Amino acid sequence: MAYTEEEIRHWLEEVKDPEIPVLSLNDLGVITGISVLENGKVKVEMTPTFVGCPAIDYMKSDVKEVLAKHGVEEVEVRVSFDTQWNSNMISEKGRQALKDFGLAPPPKHNLIVELDILEEVECPNCGSHNTDLKTPFGPTLCRSIHHCFDCKETFEQFKPI
Amino acid sequence: MNTPAIKDLLYKMADDQLILGHRNSEWTGFGPVLEEDIAFSSMAQDKIGQSQALYQLLHELGEAEPDTIAFTRNAEQFHNCQLTELPIGEYDFSLIRHFLFDHAELIRFEMLANSRYEPLAQLARKIKGEIKYHVMHANTWIKQLGNANEESISRLQNSLEYALPYALGIFEEGAHEEALQSEGIFPGEKAVMEEWKKRISERIEQTALRLPDFSQLQPVYGGRKGQHSEHLQPLLDEMSEVFRIDPTAEW
Ligand SMILES: [Zn+2]
Repeated sequence: MAYTEEEIRHWLEEVKDPEIPVLSLNDLGVITGISVLENGKVKVEMTPTFVGCPAIDYMKSDVKEVLAKHGVEEVEVRVSFDTQWNSNMISEKGRQALKDFGLAPPPKHNLIVELDILEEVECPNCGSHNTDLKTPFGPTLCRSIHHCFDCKETFEQFKPI
Repeated sequence: MNTPAIKDLLYKMADDQLILGHRNSEWTGFGPVLEEDIAFSSMAQDKIGQSQALYQLLHELGEAEPDTIAFTRNAEQFHNCQLTELPIGEYDFSLIRHFLFDHAELIRFEMLANSRYEPLAQLARKIKGEIKYHVMHANTWIKQLGNANEESISRLQNSLEYALPYALGIFEEGAHEEALQSEGIFPGEKAVMEEWKKRISERIEQTALRLPDFSQLQPVYGGRKGQHSEHLQPLLDEMSEVFRIDPTAEW
């Protein structure tokens, strides 16, 4: 039984970020390579969002589980830093999913994150840019905490990295 | 590639990250404000994760498994600088240490992003983005508390003077400096230190704090060679307690 790369990628749509269950690993951008070998074995390359991300092990076993459910028996998941993840790798669909989840998507950047791009982040509740950064360290490694002066709400952002 | 030189470099960096990560984690539940509690816990998680990734590179060069390296060595086998092992003390000391150490760390990883040892270069490109947040955090608080009031300024000043000789110990040179430089693996401790002096001076100038004359300071060396203060072994015992109960357990 041979699979195509597209099929594998499509099935992986079912695997979500355990900390943000509306976001698939595809949309998060952490699946950096899929290859189907001649013997039918499937190789999936992944890279973590943060080096110390505790979710990577769950994601890894979820990938195997979901592919097994679709009949792919031999799966090798390799986690490496060959491709280094950055927040620009989150897809447009992923950015919309973050917004719907109430989490401000990370602003696109030129790979040099300066303090000013953390200020005036768009509030996911009311759309205002009249906001400021409260702390770059939120409840998980990938979130920062902000305050909106217009709707007076505190909100979180998936932080740019 | 000069494997002994690379291992030496990886060990000291990984040990710094692991030890300071554990020190930072001691603030969990005790931060002066909840926000700082979370910040130090997050930075601890980052640093411990980064140390694991560096130990993984060592493992790929033939050393033991990351957990074994992290949890079964004694103090004299650790190569962290003494700055990282000092107890957390009061918040002012932990903040100053975080400021001094993370500036050096960011410079180190920025330089290593261009290393000719590709696995380390890849990891450095990733880690420098994370450390940048640590530096931002330190800068924000140093600026705020370094200008706030007499008490905060004098506390930070005292901690700065206490910590600086230890901070210079970050840049203690090893036996492989020349090899690392000539092979394009790492530009060397002196290069990091020069840039570090520049960056921390710029930040300190924005506050009411005064930077002592570096030439008058006696750096605290020894950490890179396994010579440590009395504070390291008790920390290692505590860290490895769970691991040593059953080294084969799966977590
Ligand atoms: Zn708002």
